[in-house]
Amino acid sequence: MTLKWRDVTTEAKLLLVGIPVLLWTIIPVYHMFLFAISPRDQATSGRLWPKEPTLQNFNHVFEQKHFYLNHFWLQLGNSLWIAVAVGVLTLFIATTAAFAISRLKVKGGRTVMNLALFTYFIPAAFLAVPMYKTMATYGLLNNRWSLVLAMVTIASPYCIWVLKQASDKLPWELDEAARIDGATPLQLFRLVYLPLMVPSLVAVGTYSLLLAWNEYLYGFLLLSNEKHLTLAVALGNFLAADDSPWELLMATGFIYALPPAAIYYAFKRYMVSGLTAGAVKS
Amino acid sequence: MNTATLDAAATRPRKPLGVWGFWGRLFVVPYLLVFLIFVLFPVGYGLWLARSPESYGKLFEDPIFFRTAINTVIFLVIAINLKMMIALYLSGFFLHTRWWIKILAVLFILPWAVPSIPTILSVRFMLNPEWGVINSVYFRLTGLDGPNWLNDPTLALSLSMLMHIWKSLPFWTLILLAGRMAIPAEQYEAASVDGASNWQKFRYITWPAMSGLYLTSTLLSTIWTLGDFNSVYLLTGGGPADLTHVLATLGIRYLRLDQIELAMASIVVSLPLVLPIVYFMMKRLSK
Repeated sequence: MTLKWRDVTTEAKLLLVGIPVLLWTIIPVYHMFLFAISPRDQATSGRLWPKEPTLQNFNHVFEQKHFYLNHFWLQLGNSLWIAVAVGVLTLFIATTAAFAISRLKVKGGRTVMNLALFTYFIPAAFLAVPMYKTMATYGLLNNRWSLVLAMVTIASPYCIWVLKQASDKLPWELDEAARIDGATPLQLFRLVYLPLMVPSLVAVGTYSLLLAWNEYLYGFLLLSNEKHLTLAVALGNFLAADDSPWELLMATGFIYALPPAAIYYAFKRYMVSGLTAGAVKS
Repeated sequence: MNTATLDAAATRPRKPLGVWGFWGRLFVVPYLLVFLIFVLFPVGYGLWLARSPESYGKLFEDPIFFRTAINTVIFLVIAINLKMMIALYLSGFFLHTRWWIKILAVLFILPWAVPSIPTILSVRFMLNPEWGVINSVYFRLTGLDGPNWLNDPTLALSLSMLMHIWKSLPFWTLILLAGRMAIPAEQYEAASVDGASNWQKFRYITWPAMSGLYLTSTLLSTIWTLGDFNSVYLLTGGGPADLTHVLATLGIRYLRLDQIELAMASIVVSLPLVLPIVYFMMKRLSK
């Protein structure tokens, strides 16, 4: 009897933590969803579920039926294009660097790693100020490449670090065997290194892709032409006026948030182990 | 340097760069280019822009800067410590094996997995004094008008901190959870046999094993929080009357006003706080 009573209190204590955590986590996201499926005049009724849920807001967004949404598809395309470009470029830069530092033991590799770590530790909003001036100097302002290159700069240090940690764990005998068999460095890279690194490459590629898709500040600074904007910046522009169509903003925001959330959950296993492995070590 | 590398260096003293060395250098070139063009040049250019003592005079005379400095310190001290303590506590909570905690753990990641713009704007709408859901509910319960949340600097800054915690809590909880899972279960079993209380288990097993990770996480979080532009800008816009700026948003505000020297000066004055942390973190992670 006493044992059972203790079980009940344990469960009750757990629920006492779990329920607030659930509400805290879910309310802002649910509120966004509720707005997105509510008709315009009912969005603010304070009900937990709209009287007449509707997909009309999504329809308005897809058909670009509002001043703020004139370039919705174009901006969605921009976000996608920029995210993929950042993912591919970062993957290339980080993989080659990590391979050279960790497997080829290039002279000065430690210094390169430190430079990358230094970059990783500059607060993003601080680097944004001189980055804006630099892009102006290079004549890249308002060009999609400015955002791509800025995001590659921000994403690659962490990726190099994660890949280096992972590749330091590969057995050194593999490289020796390949060298004895007369493999060239490129063959070692392509045939031995890349196949073994696939899980880390997936983690790192996803990380940089999501970082670029989610970025607001750099897009907001570097791009200004409506047709070059990413969806993130376009969403921020809704705030310019007081009479913004909030329900359309939330519908657009929902569409914008869906792909990264889906990708995150699909690759969660890789992401979490990649992220935490490094952290626990230190 | 170990003996193997010494030997290797000794056996090929004058050999012109071999094919392995050549490819090694070639493979670091892409990153070095990115670093030179998009890190070294901007940082150098920025410091050069901030060279004039006049900028600092102007900066210190700006009442907004003084307020921002205080806001930033408050934000860092309260938000980070609160976040890390909750994360430490919740990492223990998520260790429990229950079917519903498993589901909750999946949902719990949402704030981290979704982009910040739509969720922050969603919270901003909730806080709207006239028709936001929070004041609607408040009115229905009490018959009174709720506060004008974002129009009060103290409330607005506190809400920005909560926004920041909402967004980054899942990440740190995951990190600390991984740290907890690395502690051997036998230690807890042995302590249970000896009749240790939960608090004693935490004090003598969990904390000694986790304190290093906790410190590293706190410092890393300090740097990231300093660079957190979204939580403040998208919720309060720095208002009302520029009273809720932090350094991250103030620099961008000066930049938008075309006062780049002031923007860089405001960043340079924070370097005495940032650089020691950067140095410490680099030593930790480059091991």
